[in-house]
Amino acid sequence: MSKLLEVKNLHAEVGGKKILNGLDLSVEEGKVHAIMGPNGSGKSTLSYILAGKPRYEVTEGSVKFLGQDLLALPPDERAAKGLFLAFQYPMEIPGVASMIFLRTAVNSVRKKRGEAELSTPDFLRLVREKASDLKIDQEMLKRAVNVGFSGGEKKRNEILQMALLEPKLCVLDETDSGLDIDALKVVAEGVNELRSKKRSFVVITHYQRLLNHIVPDVVHVMAKGKIVKTGGPELAKELEAKGYAAFEQAA
Amino acid sequence: MNAEIRPIRTPAEQALAASIEAARDRLPGAGEIKKLREAAGKAFVESGLPHRRVEEWKYTDLRALMRDAAPLASPPDKKAIEQAKKHNPFPGVEALRLVLVNGVFVSELSELASLEKGLTIVPLAKALAEGNKLTQRIGELQPDTYDAALSLNTAFLNDGVLIEIADGTKLAKPIHIVNFHSGSTPASTYARSLIVAGEDSQATVIESFAGPEKVAYQTSSAMELHVADKASFDLIRLQAEGSAALHLSTLLAKIGSDAKFALHPVTQGAAVSRYSVTLRFAGKNIEARFAGATLLRGKQHADTTMVIDHMMPHGTSRELMKSALDGESRGVFQGRINVRHGAQKTDARMATHALMLTDTAESDNKPELEIFADDVQCGHGATSGAIDENLLFYFLARGIPRKEAEALLIQSFVAEPLEMIAHEGVRGVMLARVEDWLRARG
Repeated sequence: MSKLLEVKNLHAEVGGKKILNGLDLSVEEGKVHAIMGPNGSGKSTLSYILAGKPRYEVTEGSVKFLGQDLLALPPDERAAKGLFLAFQYPMEIPGVASMIFLRTAVNSVRKKRGEAELSTPDFLRLVREKASDLKIDQEMLKRAVNVGFSGGEKKRNEILQMALLEPKLCVLDETDSGLDIDALKVVAEGVNELRSKKRSFVVITHYQRLLNHIVPDVVHVMAKGKIVKTGGPELAKELEAKGYAAFEQAA
Repeated sequence: MNAEIRPIRTPAEQALAASIEAARDRLPGAGEIKKLREAAGKAFVESGLPHRRVEEWKYTDLRALMRDAAPLASPPDKKAIEQAKKHNPFPGVEALRLVLVNGVFVSELSELASLEKGLTIVPLAKALAEGNKLTQRIGELQPDTYDAALSLNTAFLNDGVLIEIADGTKLAKPIHIVNFHSGSTPASTYARSLIVAGEDSQATVIESFAGPEKVAYQTSSAMELHVADKASFDLIRLQAEGSAALHLSTLLAKIGSDAKFALHPVTQGAAVSRYSVTLRFAGKNIEARFAGATLLRGKQHADTTMVIDHMMPHGTSRELMKSALDGESRGVFQGRINVRHGAQKTDARMATHALMLTDTAESDNKPELEIFADDVQCGHGATSGAIDENLLFYFLARGIPRKEAEALLIQSFVAEPLEMIAHEGVRGVMLARVEDWLRARG
C-alpha cells in the first residue's frame, strides 16, 4: 500500500517553545487515522505544521506528502496538492461573501491541478448539492464567511469546503469540539460520505465519542509532542476507560 | 526697538500672491463678490500656505508639499472639450452631467436644456456676470477656523455651478458635476459651487475629479451646500486626479431640521490631496452619515479633515472612514465632533480604520470630541494595522494564492463604507473601482 503521508522525527516549536519532539506518523491511502491525546500534547500544532501556518517552525525531521517534501511548499500549494485542514476554530471573515470565498478556493485549486475552472452555473449546482447533503441552508451561504454562524454551522461549513476541494488527505482538528450530538452526527456523516479508497483522514480528537461515528482504521495516542502508542479502534475505547495519565507517564 | 517681522515667502506663495494681484480686475462679478474675493486674497497673502505648526495642517505641510504654484489654466480648447466629452467615470449611471473643464463650465457638454421641474442650474461665471441673486449666498458658510485652501479658492472665485432645488422637489436622476483637467503642462484651476436644496427636497449629487497622469496640475474646489428642513441629500465624491496632481477641496454644509444627509468621499488620485469638510447641524433631528474610503499607493498623500458640528438637539451622526495604504503612501484623517451647549440627545459615533499594506506606509488618525452638552452619546475609535495573518492563512489553507487572498480581504475592508451608498449604480461603480485598484496592485 502506498504511503500518502510520511512524517519522520518531526520536531517543531512555536514562539521558541518546543511542542513536537520527534513525531513519526505514516498514513496510507484510503485509511482513517485517529490521533488522540490530552490538551497540550501537540495535536493542533501537528495539524498547523502540516497545513503550513506561519510562525510554526520545524526544527528537525521531514514530512513527505505523495513522496514530495511538503514543508517546502507554501500553504496554498499544499491545498492544491490535496491537503485539507478542517480548522478547530474556523475564521470569521466579515465582508467576504461565502459563495465568493468558496468559488475562489475551488477555482484556485482546480487551476493549480490543471483542471478547467468551473462556470458559475456548474459551481452553483455543485455547492447546492454538497450543501444539502450537509444540511446547510442556502441562506447561510448568502452571508459572509462564518459570520454569525453557530459552532455547528461553522464545522459543517468546513466539511462543505472539504467536499468541494476534493482533497487526498483531510486533517480534522477537533472537529467535534463545540458540537451537540445532532450536529456531530451530521458532520460525521459528511465525513463518512467522503471516505474512499483514494482519500485518507487524520482525525484529531480528545474524545472517543467522535470515533463512534467516524470509525478509524488506526488509532494513535499522542503525548508530549510524539506518538506514544498505536493500535486499532479498540485503543480508543481503552483510552476512554483509563484516561491519558498512563500514557503521559510513558512519554 | 521694534523688530520688523518680514516673513519669508516660498516661491509658491510669491507666485500665488502675484497671481491673486493679476487676477483682481479680470475676474467676473462686482460688489459683494468682489469684496469677498479681495478679502480672501488679502487673508491668504498675509498668512501664506499652511504648514505643520498650524494645527489643522499638522500632517499635511502644504508649504513643504506645494513647491510651486502653477499658472492659471487657460480656457479649454477643442481638444480638451473632446476629451472631456468622452470622460465618464460613472458608466451605466444615468445622471445629469454638468461638466467643468479646467474649472470652466462647458455648456455644450452640460445638459441644461430640459431640467427636471423644480431644478435650476446656472453656470457661476454667467450668474456673476448677470448678477444672479443666488450668488449673494456665496460666502455665507464659513469654517470654524481660517482655512487657507478655502481662501485661495475664494480669491480666484470665477466659475463653477449654482444649483437650486425647489422645495418639495424630488429629483429622479442624480446630478453629476464632472471636474476634468486637460493639458500637458502644469496649470491651476479653481472651481466653486453652491447648492441650495429646498425643504422636503430629495437629491443625489456626484462630484468627480480627474485629469492627466504625470502632469503636476493643481485643482482647487469648494462647495457650499445648504440642505433645508426635511430634505434628503446624498453627496458622493470621487477624487481620481492624475498621479502628479495637487488637489485641495472644501465642503461647507449647513443642514436643517429633520433632514437626512449622506456624504461618501472616495479618494484614490493625486500626489497630494486634502478634503476638508465642515458639517453644521443647524436644526433638530438630523440624521447624517459620513462614510468614505481612501486607497493610496506609491508616495501619495491624502488628507481628509472633517468637523461635524452638532449645534441642535437630537442629531445623529455616523462617521466611518476606511483607508488602504500601500507603498510609501500616507493617509491622514482628522475628525472632530463638536457638541454644543443645548445639543442634547446627540448621538455621534466616529470610526476610522487604516489597513497598512506595507511597513513603509503611514497613517495618521486624529479623532477629537468636544462636548458641551451633558445628555449625549459620543464615541470614537481609530485603528491602524496590517492584514490579519490568521485570516490570510485561512484563505491560503483553502488553496487561494496570497495576492488573491489579500485582494479579497482588502476589498472587504474598504467596501464597508461604500456599501452604504444608497444609489445602486453609483455604489456598483465605486466597488468596481476598488477592484480595479486591487488588480493594478498585481
